[in-house]
Order: sequence, then structure tokens, then C-alpha cells
Amino acid sequence: MDKLKLVDATQMKSDIPAFSPGDIVNVHVRVVEGDKERIQQFQGVVLGRHGSGMSATFTVRKISDGVGVERIFPLHSPRIAKVEKVKEGVVRRAKLYYLRELAGKAIRQKTNA
Amino acid sequence: MNGLLGKKIGMTSIFDDAGHVVPCTVIEAGPCFVTQIKTKDRDGYQAVQLGFEMKRERLVKKPAKGHFAKASVKPLRIIREFRDEAVEVQPGQEFKVDSVFNKGDVVSVIGTSKGKGFQGVVRRHHFGGGARTHGQSDRERAPGSIGSSSSPSRVFKGMRMAGRMGGEQITVRNLKVVGIIPDSNLLLIRGSVPGAINGYLEIRKTTAH
Repeated sequence: MDKLKLVDATQMKSDIPAFSPGDIVNVHVRVVEGDKERIQQFQGVVLGRHGSGMSATFTVRKISDGVGVERIFPLHSPRIAKVEKVKEGVVRRAKLYYLRELAGKAIRQKTNA
Repeated sequence: MNGLLGKKIGMTSIFDDAGHVVPCTVIEAGPCFVTQIKTKDRDGYQAVQLGFEMKRERLVKKPAKGHFAKASVKPLRIIREFRDEAVEVQPGQEFKVDSVFNKGDVVSVIGTSKGKGFQGVVRRHHFGGGARTHGQSDRERAPGSIGSSSSPSRVFKGMRMAGRMGGEQITVRNLKVVGIIPDSNLLLIRGSVPGAINGYLEIRKTTAH
């Protein structure tokens, strides 16, 4: 199994800040359009973190023009330029799927953010 | 050389240059040693015999010992022949993964599939099985008729039936090399390859496409 980890080690990032479900994060995503590359930001609440090692992912939810949008990012993806922790949330659950049923103010109250 | 012997380490995923997740199998390919060179004059065909993975001296039978001594290599566990056209190799020569494969190569992987034991026709030959309803009680995974009666009065050879499945040699072609880690002789191949973890594999470069 150690040799598998060796492969993963070549892929994994070491500069990922600590963040947990309930936090509000700003994800800087590299977007390639034609031959140009730019950074797009996606800011929202972390609903949960999934998996470990190389295949770890996290889910971010935001309300965009009144519509809830969720994106699942591979934690170690080279397409993610940066993850910024904007605000720390205090929650009592690892997966915050119940936030999908709540509106703006209730979300803020639930995450203490 | 246009191929190597290896061992399946397991599967993981990597990111390609565009940032897409690529599922890949990690294979420890090499170091392999040339144990014998077969020539047209002496053996009737041209081939290079490769050996892979050291074996304890104590486990080697005497005839094999002599065979390895001839090429002045340590005793090896797996030996396979590669039919080659005009390759300049010496007995005892060592091949590592980066001396044979490059990123982007197209390869075939030969291995022994996982044994599945005695399996019925639904699993083994993808038969549809019987109807679940309409008064059925015991024929949900049955094979159905295996032939007609008085003529021909026998079951044709090769009739697909239940039996041992898996544990046979499988070749998967057109697999792509997505990465190489030379320090530890690791080869990363897109997709899956036959066999269990720690199973032995033959990796051959696909020529002429």
C-alpha cells in the first residue's frame, strides 16, 4: 500500500488551509476559456468534506440570484488556485445537508457565521 | 525492449494536465533482467527472455539455478519471453520502467483474472434468466433449453453452461500510460487491468497503430 501512497504524494497539495463544515470559504477556480485562463471565485458555506487522501472532495453551497448552487471540488485539484477561509462557522454536524431546506437568515443562525 | 513484467500495486486517481481526474492503475514494472536471448539459428525464433522479482536462493531448483547463472543474474520469480525484432540486449542486462516506457505510450496488459469460482450462466455468460413472474417458482436464473431432442440427440460442443469462471489469462489492449515514477519503478496506466493486487502482469508496447 505504501507504493500507492507514493503516487498520491506526487499529486497532493500541502498548502490547503484547515477548514471544516459550516465555514464560509472562497474558492478560487481556474477557468480555461479558449486559450485564456482566468480565476473565478465561488464563495459559500462548506456543506461537508468527503473522503481522504488524494480523492478527498468538499461541497460548497451558495445562493446565486435566489437559486441554490452547490459545487463539489476535488480538494487536491490543480484547477483550484486557492481556498480562502472567510468566516468560521460553529456547527454540530459533519454534513450540513439540512441547510438546503433553509433560507438565508436561518442558515446564518445555524452556522453562527 | 518493447515490454516489461510487473506487479499490480493497486488503483488510485491522478490529475491530468487539464486538471481532469484520471482513474489509474499503479504497476510496479521492473527492474527486469534479461535471462536468455533466443536466436533464429539456435532456437528457431528470435526472442528475449525477461525475468522479474528476486527470489530467495533457497527456493530455486538446481536447473533453474544454472539457467540464471548463465546470464549471471540473481534468481527471479517470473520469466516471460518477448518476441522481438533485432534488439541489442545482453544477457543479464537490467531494464527499468523509464528505459522502456514513456508517458503517452499505448500498451497491452496481460494478466490472470480474479477467480470467480463456479458460476451460473447469468453471471458467466450474461444469460437473461427466466421470467420473474407468470407462475415461475424456481427458474429465475436457469439456462433454459440446451438443445432439441431426438435430432441431434446430443448437446453441441461449446454450449455455454455454468462452470468455473475467472482465473484465466486476459489481455487488455489500448491502455494508455499516464505517468511514470522512475525512482520506484512505478508505471501508471489509465483504467483497470486484469487480476488481483500483487498479481503478475505483462506489459507490452503496442506497435504500429
